[in-house]
Amino acid sequence: MARISRLLSSALALALASPAVAAAPKVSDDVVKIGVLTDMSGYYADLAGPGSVLAARMAAEDFGGKVLGKPIEIISADHQNKADIASNTARKWFDEEKVDAIADLVSSSTAGAAMPVAAEKKRITLLSGPATTAFTGDKCTAYNVHYTYNNWALANGTGREVVRQGGDSWFFVTADYVFGKSLEEDTANVVKASGGKVLGAARHPSPGTTDFSSYLLQAQASGAKIIGMANAGGDTIACIKQAKEFGITPKQSLAGLLVFISDIHSLGLDIAKGMYLTTAFYWDLNDDTRKWSKRFFERHKKMPTMVQAGVYSAVTHYLQAIKAAGTDEADAVMAKMKATPVNDFFAKNTRIGPDGLHRHPMYLVRVKTPQESKYPWDYYQIVKTIPPEEAFPSVEAQKCPLVKK
Amino acid sequence: MIQALSGQLLLGLINGSFYALLSLGLAVIFGLINVVNFAHGALYMVGAFAAWMGVTYLGVGYWWALLLAPAAVGVVGVVIERTMLRRLQGLDNVYGLLLTFGLTLIIEGLFHQAYGNSGQGYPVPEALQGGVRLPFMYLPIYRAWVVAVSIFVCTAAWFVIEKTKLGAYLRAGTENPRLLQAFGVNVPFMFTVTYGFGAALAGFAGVMAAPIYQVTPLMGSSLVIVVFAVVVIGGMGSIAGSIVTGIGIGLVEGFTKFLYPEASAVVVFVVMAVVLLVRPAGLFGREK
Repeated sequence: MARISRLLSSALALALASPAVAAAPKVSDDVVKIGVLTDMSGYYADLAGPGSVLAARMAAEDFGGKVLGKPIEIISADHQNKADIASNTARKWFDEEKVDAIADLVSSSTAGAAMPVAAEKKRITLLSGPATTAFTGDKCTAYNVHYTYNNWALANGTGREVVRQGGDSWFFVTADYVFGKSLEEDTANVVKASGGKVLGAARHPSPGTTDFSSYLLQAQASGAKIIGMANAGGDTIACIKQAKEFGITPKQSLAGLLVFISDIHSLGLDIAKGMYLTTAFYWDLNDDTRKWSKRFFERHKKMPTMVQAGVYSAVTHYLQAIKAAGTDEADAVMAKMKATPVNDFFAKNTRIGPDGLHRHPMYLVRVKTPQESKYPWDYYQIVKTIPPEEAFPSVEAQKCPLVKK
Repeated sequence: MIQALSGQLLLGLINGSFYALLSLGLAVIFGLINVVNFAHGALYMVGAFAAWMGVTYLGVGYWWALLLAPAAVGVVGVVIERTMLRRLQGLDNVYGLLLTFGLTLIIEGLFHQAYGNSGQGYPVPEALQGGVRLPFMYLPIYRAWVVAVSIFVCTAAWFVIEKTKLGAYLRAGTENPRLLQAFGVNVPFMFTVTYGFGAALAGFAGVMAAPIYQVTPLMGSSLVIVVFAVVVIGGMGSIAGSIVTGIGIGLVEGFTKFLYPEASAVVVFVVMAVVLLVRPAGLFGREK
């Protein structure tokens, strides 16, 4: 409360003291409002959810609470992983609550619903949570940034490396909706291109499946060396746990295609050890990541996932673009965001392409064993840093219709 | 082919024994005190959490949890019945449904707030670790244990309600509570005990589930809808019906997972719709 009144009074003081300054930059409605639309209570709440909201708040605070002399306000809502709630909330936020940008949008079905609304209203979407590659491909919009990761990056990071190490026959256990299918397809392509073969797939309803044993049994019967889990959050956790229970691992290996540090924390190293996964962020990467992550930990009591770190970085980059553009008008801000490199703890000197995809390094990691882990949250060993041009598809490959050839 | 089918059917049997255990509790509560207990999934979750809390905070292991967690959930049930459900007696049972649905949201919300949704791991007790290699699949010993225990518990509950004097009182209380009261039986007390017993059964299923699934606040809500469908198919209030149907639905799901996995989540509702069209009172229910 004290912070808000301080913000308001400083904004007021600025407006009174120098009318010229207040009049020159154009900030619509005298506030820059960012809505974090995420899963606050469901299966993805721990990997995004309240942690994403906190990340956005921290970004606003670290920016000084105001931009171009106007206050920055962070609001949030729970989309419950439902597409209709996401598009309705986006519409309400833009029409009635003067929201300038929506951040996170974890779960591809909600992002796919909110993006067209934002494009129609000329407001910006900063995707951190969702994974579907097409968001900067044939579904791209002029007002969207896909910031943290996508299925292509996960498939390439994990798929290629696993095949290279001899895991050349795959069976997929896939979440039966747009995200899972797209992740399965992307990974299957990588596996085939790397010389491996795909023996089949079992698709499970998501969310809502608690027992994965029958899908795992099919995977076991296929005889594939690698069982690729094209799902996320609670689904992946249950799969890994039950694969161990049914004696599938270690005879066949699991490849988690989208695994968050919150999942590893929940499973425990004894169950997750040895698994390969690809991530956009790890808190213990270097001094900068440690410094920010420890601040986050103090307030959230959990280390940040890549989605949460991505929300912070994306919101910061957005605010910097507003400052540089001298306005919060979406076209100008988008142009600045794409013209200016990202430079913070999340990524060094990386760029957002004309298709809206942020291309930055990804990290292939191996989950440590309980013996290797020396302190709390010491979970990953970095196997390989994948440079941006290898980690993400090229602008040409994405075929975003907005990009002129 | 046969191998895969046998495997899926066996897994169906395992899931079916969970359905049976849960739908039994629902059927007891509905059959005897006419409450549509939507909180059943939440009570199941509380049972699992009670087991997890026991081992995490107090060092109480699985075997004790099997006894203590259902007792704790039973007490929660008694409190709910005494303080809330009792006030709704004589009203349309929609009120009971709404109350228990609200309770579910509150209980799940509290656990979500405290523990998040990724879930807590609960170890399989040492004596039940490992598995047996059958000709067609690897069967974890713990899952076999689940089937055996739930069949035993279900049979025992059925026996008590259908074949003993206590059960006769309970059934008489459903038919005509006033007359039974006139014979000197404390009917309100009996109702409290019944709800507590139903809740304890849900808690028991929760402890059984803890080592298999992650213990999460949402674990009950994903299951309770299917379990309701099971009770409707079996015939609301029919004890034997809910047990047999629970196991049967597990098998049907297993068969569907063999034929066309994508349909496995809806097949139970298809069965429900067909049964309601052909026999509106359910497979084992009696027309009133």
